[in-house]
Amino acid sequence: MDIKAYIALSLTLFSIGIIGVLTRRNAILVFMCVELMLNAVNLLLVAFSKMHAASGIAKASVHYASDAQIFVFFIMVVAAAEVAVGLAIIVMLYRNTHSVDINFLNRLKN
Amino acid sequence: MSNILELAWLIPLLPLIGFLINGLGRKILSKGWVSMVGCGVILASFILSVMVFMQTKNGIVLNTSYFDFINVTSFKIGFEFKIDQLSSLFLLIITGVGFLIHVYSTAYMHDEDNKDFAKYFSYLNLFVFSMLLLVLGGNFVIMFIGWEGVGLCSYLLIGYWFKNKGYTSAANKAFIMNRIGDLGFLLATFWIIKLVGSVNFDVVFSREGLSAITNAPYAVTGITLLLFIGATGKSAQIPLYTWLPDAMAGPTPVSALIHAATMVTAGIYMIARSNVLFSLAGHTQTLITVVGLATALLAASIAIKQNDIKKVLAYSTVSQLGFMFIALGTGNYIAAVFHVLTHAFFKALMFLGSGSVIHAMGGEQDIRKMGGLHPHMKITSITFLIGCLAIAGIPGLSGFFSKDEILAGAYSVHGYGKVLYGITLFAALLTAFYMFRLYFITFTGKFRGTQDQEHHLHESPAAMTIPLVVLAILSIIGGFVGVPEALGGHHELAAFLSPVVKAAEHQLDHNTEYILMGLSTMLVIVSILFAWSKFKNYKGEGEATGFGKVLQNKWYVDELYQSVIIHPLKSLSAFFNNVLEKKGIDGFVNSVGKAVHYSSRQLRLLQSGQVGLYVLLMVIGMLALFIIQLFV
Repeated sequence: MDIKAYIALSLTLFSIGIIGVLTRRNAILVFMCVELMLNAVNLLLVAFSKMHAASGIAKASVHYASDAQIFVFFIMVVAAAEVAVGLAIIVMLYRNTHSVDINFLNRLKN
Repeated sequence: MSNILELAWLIPLLPLIGFLINGLGRKILSKGWVSMVGCGVILASFILSVMVFMQTKNGIVLNTSYFDFINVTSFKIGFEFKIDQLSSLFLLIITGVGFLIHVYSTAYMHDEDNKDFAKYFSYLNLFVFSMLLLVLGGNFVIMFIGWEGVGLCSYLLIGYWFKNKGYTSAANKAFIMNRIGDLGFLLATFWIIKLVGSVNFDVVFSREGLSAITNAPYAVTGITLLLFIGATGKSAQIPLYTWLPDAMAGPTPVSALIHAATMVTAGIYMIARSNVLFSLAGHTQTLITVVGLATALLAASIAIKQNDIKKVLAYSTVSQLGFMFIALGTGNYIAAVFHVLTHAFFKALMFLGSGSVIHAMGGEQDIRKMGGLHPHMKITSITFLIGCLAIAGIPGLSGFFSKDEILAGAYSVHGYGKVLYGITLFAALLTAFYMFRLYFITFTGKFRGTQDQEHHLHESPAAMTIPLVVLAILSIIGGFVGVPEALGGHHELAAFLSPVVKAAEHQLDHNTEYILMGLSTMLVIVSILFAWSKFKNYKGEGEATGFGKVLQNKWYVDELYQSVIIHPLKSLSAFFNNVLEKKGIDGFVNSVGKAVHYSSRQLRLLQSGQVGLYVLLMVIGMLALFIIQLFV
């Protein structure tokens, strides 16, 4: 398949993520949008990896074929850890304030 | 011990030790101990000075360097003493008169607290130390240390009763005016260092040193003029004389020691010491003569109308110093030193006498409120009369010989000598007049004070009268060291000083001298009689008018200085303070601070705490980076 389609999809997902982060006030939604952005990047990484694996450069070294895909696993692990911490924070937030509105969290100001 | 001169360093050191003991122990020592230490060290110095004097009389002198005071590569200034005839004579005056005044002070200052009493004596000892350093110094720098030291002590002692604001400003005035003179002295020293490469008197006044100075353009006149400016400050000559009358704020013994007998003669000593240099500078000598003459006349005229007993004596001192400068200006250095000697006796005597009067009057200094004191305090009155006769120049007393020598020296100046003589003689007549005005108003006639004061009148204790008697005797016989040849003497002082100070070249023939002496004596007696007829039954006088008022207000010189120098200076300072400092420098610094403060307040608004805004800005930033990356 043409790489351009992957790029377009990835860009679309990333943009949706950014717009979500910027516009949403619900902490869980913001969180999901951040995940969306991470996954857009993951998608792009895998797509480029496959593209390079087919090209001549990768023939010289096996690593070129798989490095980016391994990198994606790292990102997934970090994202999972992040989710664990982030969701815990949101739960605590909800317990204390009965709200998950991020604009409510500016109480350290002043 | 082979030579007492080897111990000469003890002479200034002893007063310094006295200063340290009295100064540091002022809280523990009793008045008796303080008096013992204070007077004892001066007495010991005096005894040593007499022994030194005996040696120098035999022609034994000593130039010695104790250690390096300043040592910069090839340029060295040693801590040098020069003990010769001139300095040993001054040693005698300082320690001798100083000792008498110390003794007098033990009684005069007896009402002070223990602590203040010790403070007073420590200052007095420090003064004697500085003055001795000044006259013993073997180069200009060591002399300058003493020169500054006496200025400091003068300041401390004028402001001794520092709780009185008027007294502290008098002290400030004395110090500041002296500083102006000191600057002249310093500049002269630097100039000498530049030309000669040394400040040692022997080197500077040697043939090579003098030729180095005379070969440089303007140097002789410039250096001597600067030194003379130094002398006008210390010795209270026009234009820097106004501090001396104000210096009377200090205790009376201080006025006697510092502001009559010793410190104010430092300028004369310095010029006499540098006489070789001054003899080469004709213009400076003319200026010195003119300034001395003007000061003698001006101060004498002011003294006629003063009503404060100490102010009269202060102006008299200024006037007598003027006489000494006339002698210096006419190249008659011996006469100047001679007058320093006799003046030290009779002026210290009169100041101490006035102190005795003030003591008896319970602090009153206004002669209009005195009168008829003779029967109450005979010793003071008689010794004061002797002082007046001596300063007026009655034949036989010390003032006659020294003043006559100055007059004769003025007369024999080539060209304008007779005019000079006339004006000097006139100033001398004024002296006789105002001194006897003071005497008659104070001691004769009827008492004009309050009943309480009259009841309180008493002769002073022995510690005060004995110095008076000793000084009176010295005032009578002090002149016999310098009897001129015309009167069958040999002028022993001139012979004694001849190795250091060369005698005046001009000699009058004896007949002229007889005529001059007769003329001045006659006129002095006439002016005394005039004062007697005018003031023997003084009953106070009305408000002074016309010229008298000008004199009473001291020719308005203080007011003139106030408006010409002090006022513009103050306005200038106010301008610098208000405009340059506050608006200019402060304004600039403050506006920098304000700008930072204001801009940070504005920038602070960016950090609103809205996470969304941060993210938006971050995205915008990233987009901007992309755009730059892609299209630029």
